[in-house]
Order: sequence, then structure tokens, then C-alpha cells
Amino acid sequence: MPDSTTTDLTAQAQTAAAPAIRTRGLVKRFGAFEAVAGIDLEVPRGMIFAILGPNGAGKTTLMRMLATLARPDAGTAEVMGHDLATRPDEVRASIAMTGQFASLDEDLTGRENLVFLARLWGFGRQAARRRADELFAAFELTDARHRQVKDYSGGMRRRLDIAASLIVTPGVLFLDEPTTGLDPTARQGVWRMIRRLSRSGVTVLLTTQYLEEADQLAERIAVIDRGRKIAEGTSRELKAATGSGFLHVTLAEAAQLDRAAALLEERLAMPVQRSPEGARLSVMARTPEAATAALGALAAEGLGLEDFAMGAPSLEEVFFALTGTPAPQTEDAP
Amino acid sequence: MSRTDPLRHIPRPPRPSALSNALTFGWRAVLKFRHVPEQLFDLVMTPLMFTLLFTFVFGGALAGSTGDYLQFFLPGILVQTVAFNAVYSGMGLSTDLGKGLFDRFRSLPIWPLSPFAGLIVGDLLRHLIAGAIILGIGLTLGYRPEAGPPGVVAAFLLLLVIGFGLGWVFIVLGLLIRTPTTVMTLGFTVLFPVVFASNIMVQPETMPDWLRAFVAVNPVSLMTTAMRGLMAGTATAADIAQALLAPALLTALLAPLTLWLYRRR
Repeated sequence: MPDSTTTDLTAQAQTAAAPAIRTRGLVKRFGAFEAVAGIDLEVPRGMIFAILGPNGAGKTTLMRMLATLARPDAGTAEVMGHDLATRPDEVRASIAMTGQFASLDEDLTGRENLVFLARLWGFGRQAARRRADELFAAFELTDARHRQVKDYSGGMRRRLDIAASLIVTPGVLFLDEPTTGLDPTARQGVWRMIRRLSRSGVTVLLTTQYLEEADQLAERIAVIDRGRKIAEGTSRELKAATGSGFLHVTLAEAAQLDRAAALLEERLAMPVQRSPEGARLSVMARTPEAATAALGALAAEGLGLEDFAMGAPSLEEVFFALTGTPAPQTEDAP
Repeated sequence: MSRTDPLRHIPRPPRPSALSNALTFGWRAVLKFRHVPEQLFDLVMTPLMFTLLFTFVFGGALAGSTGDYLQFFLPGILVQTVAFNAVYSGMGLSTDLGKGLFDRFRSLPIWPLSPFAGLIVGDLLRHLIAGAIILGIGLTLGYRPEAGPPGVVAAFLLLLVIGFGLGWVFIVLGLLIRTPTTVMTLGFTVLFPVVFASNIMVQPETMPDWLRAFVAVNPVSLMTTAMRGLMAGTATAADIAQALLAPALLTALLAPLTLWLYRRR
């Protein structure tokens, strides 16, 4: 058997079996600032994968590199088996990206936007219209299709933007903060859409700063901070990795907060998180015994408690334990 | 749930040609005219004001009579119209870039220059419409192109080539500058001296020597001379070649630069 055939078949088999995304040591610098400082990632096909991190962590830059919009300064990446550096056009043909900023022409109607994109993909005039109308129906936007996009609400616009990424079904769909700025109802609508897409076999890579969003949607989560991946796993794994649980205490007297925090930190050897309102402290406890001992120490020091509880950590607490900084503000999360 | 799930894997159409991509972008430019007809108002008002002001306020003093002045001025104002219009398309590009629309284009497997081809189609349409309106007003006020319709058609073809060449300047500015108003300010800062220090409004005889030297080689003057010649039926091949020099050079230099700037990441 000639060698070339074997190689070809092997290459094809690799493409078919390759994970949706694989990166090794991906770096992007802006001047002296390393926005992405060496990230390894492996996203299996068909999965909803979340990149979680605060503003400025490098999430968007990472995604832009994978979508061929920014060139990595170091490292390698493959998307659907295509090398990012040498096969950017094949990568573009197998992905779709919905950025943070609406990538639609506001002067045109919703339908004209989709027909325009469908024509760019190579659909004929009739087929393009048919495809646009199918997507309008699927995204519950049929009534609005003849309106100019500038008259759409934020949620409608986001849905149309996602629809615009699905003219042809992509191998990987990149969603950069898909629900930022949406009200809770609109957010639920987008989540429903993402789950439905995932069921149809599309790999979804989404960035979010909402811990709840990652928890609700994603099968796997990579936590990114200052350009580095600091943890990865399922939501359950991330919670388990940070210990059996969190001890929450509410002090009887707010004035004793500092002393109590210092004592807990010393006893449990973990950073103590203060709730902004009220005299409440949260700290990770490796074992229930350690937590009990710490509570005993508080009592021995005469620091009275109003309330205490032991609970599995929330993703906020996981984030805090991993980064040492409070989780990003989630005041407009549902 | 609908009978056929539109999110299923649908068969992909074959990859379209570069020309098909470019025409699709051109279609978008045409749709823009339908939805934002006001843009024509901006484009036509400035040259219209110039035509009326210069003809009726300065015309008599500059050329002896308003009729003679209009005869002299009209071909030049068409060049000015096209130059100013090009600034607006640079602004439009800068606006599009700020909105993330071009990120979508850049992540599509399409011919990379096709978004610009679309901009150019829009520009040429704008030039044609604005030019036709100015010519119409000129004809109403008594302008008479001696070369008749063939001369006008030839002049308009030259005008489109001029617009095509100048367009690249503002496409590059639009790609470099992220604030549309800065594109406009910068564009007009460059254009005003170049347009005024030309033979569009007056014959350069009364200008100081150094300025006359500039006016003589100013590409805008060369374009204006060729436009006058074509409308009057007196243009030489050399006139036309000189008028085409700047657009050809600009295209040769700036089209590759545009592609490089667009692909830069």
C-alpha cells in the first residue's frame, strides 16, 4: 500500500476524531501586557464549554484568537482539526462567532441581514430567503423580520445575532458573553437556545463573567484569571476541588469582625471572604472537624455568633478560593 | 416544535466566487440607500450650496457674468462633490468597524476584499446620484456642455474612476481611525486646501507663484481640467491620462495596504 494513501487516511481520521478545540501554550501580547499568558485547552466535540473569568481576564482575546480575529504570539491551536496558523480559511469555514457587540447592520431589516449573510455563504437568492425564514421561526423573531435591526430590543438583537451565526451549522459556535446586558427573561431565552443548539451536536464555547451562567449551562468550565487558566473541570469538580464546603458565620457584634476574621484565617489557613453587608464571614473548611474546631476557637475567644452554617461552596466561593479575589459583580445576574 | 428543526445540520452550499461575494456586498450598499435615503441629502447639500453661492455671489465678479462662471465652475464642482463624498464612506467604514460588524465578516470564509468592493459599489452609486443632481441643477441654471450627451457620459465615467481612486484614501483612514468624526475632521482638513488650491473655483493667474506651481500639479486641478475638456469636447489624451494618474497610483498603493490593514490582527 503506498505510503501517501496511508498518511492521507491517518490525517483524515485525525481530523474526524480531533477535539473541537485544542490549544497549547496560547499567548497574546498587547505591547508589554500579556492578555493571554499561555493557555492549554481541550474542548471535546458537542460540549458546552464555558470560559469563566472577571473582566480583563483574557476571555475575549482567547476567543478572538480561536475565531481567527487575532493572531497568537506564541503557542498552537486547532479548531475542528484545522491548524489556526496554517489553515485559517478552513477554521473560518467550520466556526461562527457572536461577539459582545452586535455584528449586524442596524440600518437593514433583520431578514435582509440574514439573507445577506446567507448569500455570502453561497446560498442562492431563493435558498437564502428560505434559510433566513427558517431561522426567524426557530428564534421566535418572525414578526420582527421586516423591521430594521435598530428597532429591535436587546434580547431580540442578541437572538438575531446568534441566528446569524447559524446560517450554516458551525462545528464550533463561539459566544462572547452571550447574555451580558440582558434582562432575566431574555437571558433565559438565550440559554434555552444554547441548550437546543448543543443537543443538535454543535460545540459551544462561551465566555461569561456570570458564575451562575457557567453553572447552569456548561458541562465543563475553565476558570481564567489574568491570562492564565487557574482551574478546569465540571462545576461539581470545581466545587469539590476547593474542599468539602464553606463555613459561613454571622457575628453577633459587627465590631468583632476583624478579630473573628483573623482567627478563622489562622485556624483554617484559608483566605476569609467578607460579605459586603452585615457581619458575615465565609471561609473554606477542608473538613467538618476543622470547621467545628474553628467555631470552638471563636467561642473560646468570646466572639459570639448570631448564626452559622456549613454548605457546599457556590461558584462565587470557588472563584474566590481559586483567585484570592472576590468574584466579579453579579448584581444583574438572574 | 416545527416539523423540520432549522438548527439541524443543513447541507452547505458550494463556496461562492469572489465576484459573488463582492456583488452581495454591493447589494447591501443598495439596500442602505433604500433604508437611509437621508444620506443623499448630506451628499448633495454641500455641492448644491457651493454651486449656488459661487455662481450667484462670486460668479459675476470672477468671470464677468454668472452664466460664464457656471460654465467654468460646474465640471469642477463635480470633482469636489466626489472628493467630499468619499469622506462620508470613510466615516461609514469607521462606524461599521466600531460595531463589530467587520468581525463577523472577518470570521467568514469569504474573499477578503469583498467588504470593500461593496463599499466601493455604494460609493460609485452615491457619486452617480449626487453628480446627476448637480448636473441637473446646472442644466436648469443654464449650463450647457458643448460636447453634448457623449461628452457628459465620458466625463461621468472619468468621475467614477476619480471617485474609485479617492475612495481608497478614506477606506484606509476609516480602517486606521476608530472614531467616525475624526475621519471626517481629518478628511476635510486635507481636502479643503487641496480642493481650494486648485483650478475648480478660479483660474490660478492671480495667485502667487508658489501657489500657482502647486495648483498646476495638484491632481484635483488635473482632474478638473480633464472634466472641463470632456464636457466641452476639447480634452486631449494627455489631459485624460494626467487626470487618471492619481487614481491609478492611489489604487495601486492603497488597495494592498487596505487588505494588509484589514487582515492585521
